[in-house]
Amino acid sequence: MHRFANPTRFMRLSAALLPWTAGAALALIAAGLYLGLFGSPADYQQGESVRIMYVHVPSAWMAMFCYTFMAGASAVGLIWKHPLADLAAKATAPVGACFTLLALITGSLWGKPMWGTWWEWDARMTSVLVLFFLYLGYIALINAFDDPTRGLKAAAILALVGFANVPIIKFSVDWWNTLHQPASVFKAGGPSIDPSMLAPLLLMGVGFTVYFLWVLMLRLRTEIVAAKVRALRLRQVRSGAPATPSGATPLGAKG
Amino acid sequence: MKPKRRRLTFVLIGMGLLGAAAALVLAAFRDSIVFFYSPTEILAKALPAEQRIRVGGLVEEGSLEKVAGGTVRFKITDLAETIPVTYTGILPDLFREGQGVVAQGRFQEGVLKADEVLAKHDENYMPPEVADALKKSGQWEHMKDAMEGAGQIPKGAAK
Amino acid sequence: MENLSQLLEMGGYARFVWPSFGLTLAVLVGLLVVSRRALKGAEAELAALQSAIPGRLQPADTADEA
Repeated sequence: MHRFANPTRFMRLSAALLPWTAGAALALIAAGLYLGLFGSPADYQQGESVRIMYVHVPSAWMAMFCYTFMAGASAVGLIWKHPLADLAAKATAPVGACFTLLALITGSLWGKPMWGTWWEWDARMTSVLVLFFLYLGYIALINAFDDPTRGLKAAAILALVGFANVPIIKFSVDWWNTLHQPASVFKAGGPSIDPSMLAPLLLMGVGFTVYFLWVLMLRLRTEIVAAKVRALRLRQVRSGAPATPSGATPLGAKG
Repeated sequence: MKPKRRRLTFVLIGMGLLGAAAALVLAAFRDSIVFFYSPTEILAKALPAEQRIRVGGLVEEGSLEKVAGGTVRFKITDLAETIPVTYTGILPDLFREGQGVVAQGRFQEGVLKADEVLAKHDENYMPPEVADALKKSGQWEHMKDAMEGAGQIPKGAAK
Repeated sequence: MENLSQLLEMGGYARFVWPSFGLTLAVLVGLLVVSRRALKGAEAELAALQSAIPGRLQPADTADEA
């Protein structure tokens, strides 16, 4: 496992994968948008407003997927002290927060005409709002420490504690009476969505997942490069060389 | 290897305890997490008249009538018990007879005077033609059974 | 033409459907742009530092930077 999670290997692998994930994400999302907006029928009850589902549901899936990934990476970082795992968790948080925010807002835009309300404090909506705050808390906690390793460790513990919320989100609609409807796709007995509507939904879902991989690789590369910059600066200070502002070249340096 | 094993056990035990704690908290607050009560649950409780409450169920077929001044009267049913509701205001687009609904308000002489009516949606998505075909072929009732199984409508409501 | 205006109307739900799609695209594109820009910035900083440091100190594992 260490063999694959070593930063140098990751840099090489992600450089090769980046153009493919970028192309696949753009193609899948474009196809999903086309089918969702033009190539699928209106719903027998919701009419055209059903199309909001094609951005709302994949965003909500990704909100939970990103958190699960972040908690898993945090656990690996805590237990096996793997530097790449910690950085992967850190790189995931803003992506997950964006998806959660999108799920909340698009859900609100659907809820107003269909349910008759922008927001209600039912178990599903409240637990997703808590998820959003967990992401924000995680990001804030990392930045609250001067020492990056200590910040990552504290945030990893928060990510693991907050993971209790993920099954609550998933099963809230089954455990309690909620305004929100139960699951339509991942449920016993198969999806209760017409195939013509399931196709754009799944395309968008897979597209969002590949988009996540794309942005994750970009952000993880950024974290690794930033760590190298920090290490180089530290070495510079230790070796007594004058501190160099970025972009400037000190006298006597060999090109 | 030793400290790794120790950290692993620590995280696993921690997660286990956390899960147990979360389950206990949720069980303790079970009643307040519920968004609405069914008519049967409401009638089984002795409610103080001034308490605002949410009642959820299906709008009984044939019970919807429009009174003057934008006021509507309808009945919410779980097919065991029904509760009469009056409401003045704009109804959500999904509101119709036979559809899930949640009404919030106070009881006055056995009638729920609602100040908010929300429509519930079920987990079935299909184009109108498919819905018509299902109704014609008599498979609609199957779907109602499935909806009931998913807790979408109260138990026994589809019978 | 009629098809287009029909599409834009979204059966009367235009003011809910279009903002949903618009916001989703804006957030996803925005996040992508911010992430790419951060990577380019970090890479430029690393390159500047490496060129500033005597060759002996250059870490071997930066060879695959590209």
